[in-house]
Amino acid sequence: MSKLFPKSANKLPLQIVIYVGVLAGIATAGVTYYMTPKYTRVGYAPVQPVPFSHAQHVQEVGLDCRYCHSNVDKSGHSNVPAAQTCMNCHGTIKPNSPALAVVRESFEKNTPVPWVWIHKTPDFAFFNHAIHVNRGISCVECHGPVNQMETVTHMQPLSMAFCLDCHRDPAPRLRAPGDVYNLDSRTLADQGRADEAQNYIHDWKLMPPQSCSGCHR
Amino acid sequence: MRNVYLITAFVCVAVVSLLGLRGTRFTAPPLDVFPEWAFPSMEFQPRPKPQGASRFFADGQADRRPVQHTVARGMLRDDDHLFLGRDSAGEFARGFPAAITVDPEFLQHGRERYAIYCAPCHSEVGDGNGITKRYGMGATPSYHDERLRTMPEGEIYNTITNGKNTMMPYADKLAPAERWAVVAYVRALQRAQMGKPADVTDAAARQTLGLP
Repeated sequence: MSKLFPKSANKLPLQIVIYVGVLAGIATAGVTYYMTPKYTRVGYAPVQPVPFSHAQHVQEVGLDCRYCHSNVDKSGHSNVPAAQTCMNCHGTIKPNSPALAVVRESFEKNTPVPWVWIHKTPDFAFFNHAIHVNRGISCVECHGPVNQMETVTHMQPLSMAFCLDCHRDPAPRLRAPGDVYNLDSRTLADQGRADEAQNYIHDWKLMPPQSCSGCHR
Repeated sequence: MRNVYLITAFVCVAVVSLLGLRGTRFTAPPLDVFPEWAFPSMEFQPRPKPQGASRFFADGQADRRPVQHTVARGMLRDDDHLFLGRDSAGEFARGFPAAITVDPEFLQHGRERYAIYCAPCHSEVGDGNGITKRYGMGATPSYHDERLRTMPEGEIYNTITNGKNTMMPYADKLAPAERWAVVAYVRALQRAQMGKPADVTDAAARQTLGLP
């Protein structure tokens, strides 16, 4: 009887098992690397309808974050400024700049400026801005150094793991209350004032929720 | 078998070349790796969100104003002095409303709000030489003249609330109590510019300033 299979076919089952193992490893690595917000969202810097430079308005003009995002310390939602906020100054400064045409139109017609939304949490996660900034968590922790950005870029994954890292141990991320809106400031821990951070945790009764219902309602 | 591994390696290199590395800047809308049609979740809920759009309301906004001629519970603004800066005769009121207690904490709050919302034009000391002047903002009045020193508190409150000339209203940024805190701080700034050597009572401070 002629040989239907060569002798090397005896090794094939083992080789296939090994190859499937290798393939599973590659797939796991690929999913871990590519299917999380660290890849899908970090680095997102859409072209906005108005070429607004945070760097210029914060570092050169010296505006506080709250001049435009005026509800961040009062409300769960940090507002995108109304066109009127822009017109407070740009009604007089560069009133005819073509870059601001969209803002002027929005102001006159009472329609929104079609800003592109960058930092999104899923609708089942309820993030409250006020409680974070009023308890020593600076804008920079989630949004990155916005004060240096010409174009706003997504810097942190904002995934559940990202939230929980800090909720489990907020001390290294705390800033003194006066430093929250100073995005160049360093955390208390980085300044060697870790004791103070511990005091804030005690005095403010900081107990960031780690239970599901803390963020998911 | 060797060929299979070569093909696998080639596919890996191709995928990495196509997808790139983490943290690279990009402008296209982010990839949704768990799209709703394949993985139904509650990631996108049809509820109205702050500053969101609405297909239900004619003006397209999810944020609603109170229905005309209605007042939400606890939102009745019946104190004209506190909410309009006017007295019972309808004139701009002098002094602070009864509901407001001006204390150091209140002034400190006013100072913080002033630094955020007013100082860009009016400057930290209230002389009208804020940073915006350098960029072409027209004449911003100084607080330190007779007209503004004698202006009723209610009128300053009204200016913050409704704006004046090229100054836009700041009612959307400052709640009524915060506006009064700013008024109090403006008064403090005005008083500071009127300081005299006799006002310094602290012995150490007098020495620093070289006062006898």
